[in-house]
Amino acid sequence: MSAITVAQMKKPRSKVARRETILFYTCIAPFILGILFFDVIPMGASFALSFTEWKILTPPTFVGLQNYITALSQDPKVLHSLEITLKFSIVQVPLRLATALLLAILLNEATRGVNFFRTAFYLPAIVSSVAIAVLWQWILNPAYGPVNGLLRLVGIEGPQWFTDPKWALWGLVMMAPWGAGGEMLIFLAGLKSIDKQYYEAAELDGAGRIARFFKITFPMLSPIIFFNLVMSIIGSLQTFDSAYVISTSRAGTLGGPSNSTLFYMLYLYNRAFAGQMMGYASALAWILFAIIMVIILLVLRSSQLWVFYEAERKS
Amino acid sequence: MALKAKASLAISIPFYESRRFQKIVKNIIVYFLLVVLSFLFVFPFFWMLDSALKPNAQIFLWPPKWIPDPIQWQNFVEAFSNPQLPFLTFIKNTMILEVGIISGRLLSCVLVAYGFARLRAPGKNFWFGVLLATFMLPGAVLLIPKYILFNKLGWVNTFLPLIVPAWFGESYGIFLIRQFFLTLPRELEEAAIVDGANTFDILRHIFIPLSTPVLAVITVLSFKDIWNDFFTPLLYLNSMPKYTASIGLAFFNGQFTVNMGVLMAASFALMLPLVIVFFIAQRAFVEGISLTGLAGR
Repeated sequence: MSAITVAQMKKPRSKVARRETILFYTCIAPFILGILFFDVIPMGASFALSFTEWKILTPPTFVGLQNYITALSQDPKVLHSLEITLKFSIVQVPLRLATALLLAILLNEATRGVNFFRTAFYLPAIVSSVAIAVLWQWILNPAYGPVNGLLRLVGIEGPQWFTDPKWALWGLVMMAPWGAGGEMLIFLAGLKSIDKQYYEAAELDGAGRIARFFKITFPMLSPIIFFNLVMSIIGSLQTFDSAYVISTSRAGTLGGPSNSTLFYMLYLYNRAFAGQMMGYASALAWILFAIIMVIILLVLRSSQLWVFYEAERKS
Repeated sequence: MALKAKASLAISIPFYESRRFQKIVKNIIVYFLLVVLSFLFVFPFFWMLDSALKPNAQIFLWPPKWIPDPIQWQNFVEAFSNPQLPFLTFIKNTMILEVGIISGRLLSCVLVAYGFARLRAPGKNFWFGVLLATFMLPGAVLLIPKYILFNKLGWVNTFLPLIVPAWFGESYGIFLIRQFFLTLPRELEEAAIVDGANTFDILRHIFIPLSTPVLAVITVLSFKDIWNDFFTPLLYLNSMPKYTASIGLAFFNGQFTVNMGVLMAASFALMLPLVIVFFIAQRAFVEGISLTGLAGR
């Protein structure tokens, strides 16, 4: 590919083509400048910073790999917050996507009232993460909330949720499926785009509902499942808002109670802005970046086994 | 032929195996699940409004009083008349951000999308690849250096760190508009070019008027994201007169946790503008989100 581009560029270009090139770069100039100033340079700066100690007021000093060594072997809170974040994501991401897929399939099967149900399912997804957190801490209120009230009806004394270190994280997981409306709409669009002929043909061949799901729906939807999965993983590993809002108000400390909701981004935020450790926090950011990249690569690798692209099959 | 064979077959099999019966069973299951699940999805909103309309004595009560008696608006009045928490200022601040960010985003995205959709130039594929790659860039690594940059510029505790980047285009918006521009026939602008129109005339008089649907999608989705954004304002806005609705609510939550009724009233009131926009522009919302999946194709 690069050989062709070079060849094209060396060819004497007409005046019109040159004008078009200039116009193209004028049009996309905001984008290039934006990428440069708000993505590329900050990334470079962040990488450089991660090898320094910098408390903002004093100039940064080079410390080599020290930040990374401290983070991975001497600061137990890093591994702890990583564990919390991964534990949360492993449960939350599948739960959220499964809910979204179930809702989308139901909506796709329904014939009447689709608009009403779709609105009901999507509405929570437009609510801000702060409002969701505020609302759910009230719904999961141990004494007066409806969840524990329901549990009491069947004779179970519900947990203390956000003030109990054993339950706070699961309280946050409980909230996750409620906001799955965005993913649901993406799945629904995918389901609608599957050609009805496949189902008709399969039905004539005597394929049952379950066979049709695994042989048609799932493969045809797999690129969209893959897309939602990657985006959810990236989002989930950077969870911040809900944990910040709930832990600071319910437990009184960031990531509380007893650090049980100390998500990685919460700890990073704490190091950077409360601890004024900009270099160390940059190293933490790069560790998270590396972890996200490794997980995405693994998902990408696995996708060869389960993601099916229609265009591939045709060729 | 095949259909006829099936139809005659249906007569000879018992009713519970017939297609009609199976369809009825399927519909019962589907609608049962839809009703139960939609109840679960709507219930939290009911709980929120219910608590907002009750006096405190009825809130902390189990079993709950499902219908507030009497319905009272006192909590809303209290939430909005607290001089320590000027929610009207927070809403005003959020609206300033909405206008500043959305206008910048629309203008820059239209311009960049036009370049990607219509012009040929070496390096175009490379830049389009960069655009797609930014979809998956985790924000965490950019956080600290961006903060330092804006801090150096003296922009902390102003709206500039939130508004200015929006004027440099946004990947998702560029992508959506480009997809839309690609569907417009080239003849549209060719006549105008022959008549001597320049790029900006073409954008202003041909492309922008034709793209209102996609621009509406970007406007409403941006409106939602800006209204709900918590992390960026938390980082850059650190005094009460500059707070946005989200920050104000989180701050309120940290301060007055005991008074649930007022807290729920504030949450509900701050959610309302978004819900209204959603019901007005529901189609744009649904289309915009559905199109997101396109990026994955």
